[in-house]
Amino acid sequence: MEIAVRTLDLTKRFGDLVAVDHVDLEVRRGEVFGFLGPNGAGKTTTIRMLVGLTTPSEGTALVAGYDIRSDIVEVKRRVGVVPETSNLYDELTVWDNLLFASRLYHVPRGERAERVEGLLETFNLQGRKNTKFGRLSKGLKRRAVVAAAMVHRPEVVFMDEPTSGLDVLSALSLRRYIKGLRLKDTTVFLTTHYIEEADQLSDRIGLIVEGKVVTVDTPENLKNAIAYKPVIEVHFKENPDPSLITEVESLGRVEREGRVVKVFAEDGVGALDTLLHIISRYKMGIEYLNTSRPSLEEAFVSLTGLSSEVMLAEKDRGRG
Amino acid sequence: MLKDELRGIYYILLKDLRAYYFKPPNISWGILFPLVLSLAFSLRSPGDLETLAPGLIAMAAVFGTTSMEAIVITFERRTGALERLLLAPISLKSILLGKILGGAVFGAMISSIMTVLAVTGFKVRVAAPVWFAASLLLSLLTLSALGALVAVSVKEVFEAQTLSNYLRFPMIFLCGVFLPVEAMPLPLRAVAYFLPLTYSVDALRASVTGAQNLSGLMIDMTVLTLFLIAFFTAGNNLLKRSLK
Repeated sequence: MEIAVRTLDLTKRFGDLVAVDHVDLEVRRGEVFGFLGPNGAGKTTTIRMLVGLTTPSEGTALVAGYDIRSDIVEVKRRVGVVPETSNLYDELTVWDNLLFASRLYHVPRGERAERVEGLLETFNLQGRKNTKFGRLSKGLKRRAVVAAAMVHRPEVVFMDEPTSGLDVLSALSLRRYIKGLRLKDTTVFLTTHYIEEADQLSDRIGLIVEGKVVTVDTPENLKNAIAYKPVIEVHFKENPDPSLITEVESLGRVEREGRVVKVFAEDGVGALDTLLHIISRYKMGIEYLNTSRPSLEEAFVSLTGLSSEVMLAEKDRGRG
Repeated sequence: MLKDELRGIYYILLKDLRAYYFKPPNISWGILFPLVLSLAFSLRSPGDLETLAPGLIAMAAVFGTTSMEAIVITFERRTGALERLLLAPISLKSILLGKILGGAVFGAMISSIMTVLAVTGFKVRVAAPVWFAASLLLSLLTLSALGALVAVSVKEVFEAQTLSNYLRFPMIFLCGVFLPVEAMPLPLRAVAYFLPLTYSVDALRASVTGAQNLSGLMIDMTVLTLFLIAFFTAGNNLLKRSLK
């Protein structure tokens, strides 16, 4: 398995503060790696070290096979960066901004126009190609920034809070694009404070708190790692028979509210099977039924000891 | 690779000229500034224009190089746009050089207009045009490197403006633009010898009047080159330190 990013004891200190504390990570080639943590946890500082915007105090990292300490220019050739702020040039048009990016990243002269056109099409920006970047809406700016980061077809893309502050549709379309990158064998290193976003997009997630990586695993494994009892919620068409409830109680604790019955099952899938069997014997009609599993949010709380609201609250404070 | 670095410098220069320097308000200021300056001095001292012209050209170079450049760099740093350049696969030195060339080209535009006005309007005759061009070019690069150093040493646009003025105005008065350095009291003369504009004015004056003493001109050029290297190195170090 090829490794796109490997950090070795990566550490960053600002005076007495250890912003990134001896981080060892491996990001596999072609995966979307979600780096999840509250504001100030060290996500952005880690990215800044990996792309050469700040030097590590200790340790190092290999990005696309090159050492960030000794071969940073080679690293920069192979990575694309989508920073948290949309920082293209306000006074240049979208076309000129992308063309400038292609020149700066040494895209061959004959390919530049074609690549820029292709990106304008991918990000649905053709109608705005002659508009100055400063006059675009927030969503369009974000799309242009992602397009600029992709113009040299990077092996690894670092995205720092790519959907932060975007409207629902823009965020959705950007997430779709990120998912698509996986098919092109592009590695995505994504930081986000949106737990659901990390869950939807990431092949694996690293949780970072106070500069230290708490754990790295797939979203599914993170969810399965915490102890839970699945809840089966049944909405009957009419009030259920009391004897049915008595029978169901053998599966676990039962809560009933009118036509709604919740079963806190000890044995997840097995319990569902038995429950459906009982219901069919009583010939009770069901409006709908759902089962819930622990969310990544619950896993985050369990694994980090932090409240999931910390992520949003701290982010808002940072903006204010 | 050297080729990539040179291309990077060129594209940064091109982008800066397009995005900032060659905007209509800046071009009109660039034309108006030397016009007003030459008009004011032709009315004030009509008989002494040949002596004044090199100083006025140097003054146009000072304002042309430093005024916009300090704003461009601090503005880009403020908006995060400078970070785009720092992320690019080129060295810090090339980024800084691209920025310095932007200021130098704008300064060249303004000081060239001033030169044309001096030659056509004041009937000033440039005795050694090649030396004049070389002195002006070196002055533009040195003053632009000073502007870049000021810009990377501060965080805010207004700080860059204030610090630039702290350097610009004493230079205008101490470096022989209006009053010969030799005629100034010793303490002020001592300060003047630590300012690059003194050597720019001296070199431009020598090439306009016809350099009697080539070694004096060579000393001016050498000192200007040393200032250029010192400003560039200090600017590069400050930029590097900002990445720590």
